[in-house]
Amino acid sequence: MPDTLRGAAAIVGIGELKPERTRPGRDAMSLLAEAAYLAIQDAGLSKRDIDGMIVDEGMIGGGSGYCAKMAEHMGIFPTWATGCDAQGAAAVVMALQAAAYVNAGLANFVLCGMSAAIDPGARRPPPPPRTETATSEFQAPFGPTVAANGWYAMIAQRHEALYGTTVEKRAKIAVDLRYNANHNPRAYFHDKPLTTEDVVNSRIVADPLHLLECVMPCSGGCSFIVTRADIARSMRHKPAYILGGGLGVPRSNLAHVGEITIAPVGQAAKKAFAMSGYGPNDMQVLEIYDSFTITVICELEDSGFCKKGEGGDWIQEHDLTFKGDRPLDTHGGQLSCGQASTAGGCAQVTEAVRQIRRDAGDHQVPGPTDLVYVTGSGGYFSQQSAMVLGSDAAL
Amino acid sequence: MTTAQEYKKPLPTPTAVSRPFWEAAKEHRLVYQRCRLCGTRVFYPRDVCPGPECFGVGTLEWAESSGKGWVYAHTISYQPAHPGFADDVPYVLAIIELDEGWRMSSNVVNVDPQEVRIGMRVEVVWDDVTEEFSLPKFQPAR
Repeated sequence: MPDTLRGAAAIVGIGELKPERTRPGRDAMSLLAEAAYLAIQDAGLSKRDIDGMIVDEGMIGGGSGYCAKMAEHMGIFPTWATGCDAQGAAAVVMALQAAAYVNAGLANFVLCGMSAAIDPGARRPPPPPRTETATSEFQAPFGPTVAANGWYAMIAQRHEALYGTTVEKRAKIAVDLRYNANHNPRAYFHDKPLTTEDVVNSRIVADPLHLLECVMPCSGGCSFIVTRADIARSMRHKPAYILGGGLGVPRSNLAHVGEITIAPVGQAAKKAFAMSGYGPNDMQVLEIYDSFTITVICELEDSGFCKKGEGGDWIQEHDLTFKGDRPLDTHGGQLSCGQASTAGGCAQVTEAVRQIRRDAGDHQVPGPTDLVYVTGSGGYFSQQSAMVLGSDAAL
Repeated sequence: MTTAQEYKKPLPTPTAVSRPFWEAAKEHRLVYQRCRLCGTRVFYPRDVCPGPECFGVGTLEWAESSGKGWVYAHTISYQPAHPGFADDVPYVLAIIELDEGWRMSSNVVNVDPQEVRIGMRVEVVWDDVTEEFSLPKFQPAR
């Protein structure tokens, strides 16, 4: 057994569905199955080889026993299976969980995945109202905003007041990511360019956040396969090794504790970098979870790419496109690909694998892609994950 | 004042633990919890102490707040998730830090939304939304 998971496991198969606004007739289990089938085939495996499973019912509400439901649905019968309740941080957390499982002898090939169905015609009960005291009694009566918009707007407002991070500065994230999406046929906004003026002039949904600073909910699915490093070496694709990772969980609700502009990914990054033996400046590609423009800025700061408060300026000083000096969210991010619930964060993991394989087509980073930093973000700065992935050259 | 049937917005659903908060609210008293073992100030209401060194269960006691504090963070909502708020937009959602050192989310009212600033001094103002519930909201301090 290794002391840590550094280099002990790798991602060897990926599969994802292009995010669409709706997928009539498709439910979450169907979408997850399709993404999983793609990942298993990409790895060159058969269903029988999959002996581990980590699936997320996500925010959709698949009910209890989701692993067993998915096993029966797909005809895949693992001998080890668990869920992952890390919201948007889930994809990175699943990869790390899977790395631990395969090195603990619990499974050899772990199928990880999640999906989101939006089907206007489906018989789907409305999600049950949240009943914890913190939300049902002390948020709902005061007028919740759509999804997480209001909470991230408060983070953005405070970051702007403390550090001058205006919409004109934040917009750079949306614009550079759209350029990447314009070179990725899997991105929802592949054919639509975007300018700073478009972002600044889009309507305000929750002040100071403008519409084009927020992700668009989509339907889709995403999956990947993790195995032990020694098995990975004999498989058909160049392995993407897991070199380090971590998670930070400072709260559930944004309202009650801590400085809200501090991204919990800081704790995760410290652990991920220490485990990997690399630091922020060694990272050649950044796949930073982008629910909103401000999310990326705070994550960059607290991951150590710049000092706290300097994220707004740092992104002006760097070209974040896949051709740039700091390639970031090279597939277009969730802002420009579309966010299929937690599968949006999963697409950042699969994109990292694609860049390491040098298989990203029109949006392949021209420079070296042997070290990739990937993050995940759940809730309202509630839990954030970080992971360093690398090629065999980075081991 | 309206009845619960006429009121179109979500109402709190008190639990055995949180009910004292809403009973005090009906009397226009803003209360929070304090641990009698470690002194930690706690909000939202619960029955275990989250203090870093404390394992208190049932040790949180209700204390009365001055109702004075400041705007820690805020946003102007233009697009509410609940249809009951459609006529209220734009309205201010905020995290208020009370002077006793605890935070709650609420609305800042009786002010032009554009005038609200981080650090603005505020005081509690009660919105008697139904016969059963009064909601603590905040307005600029006099």
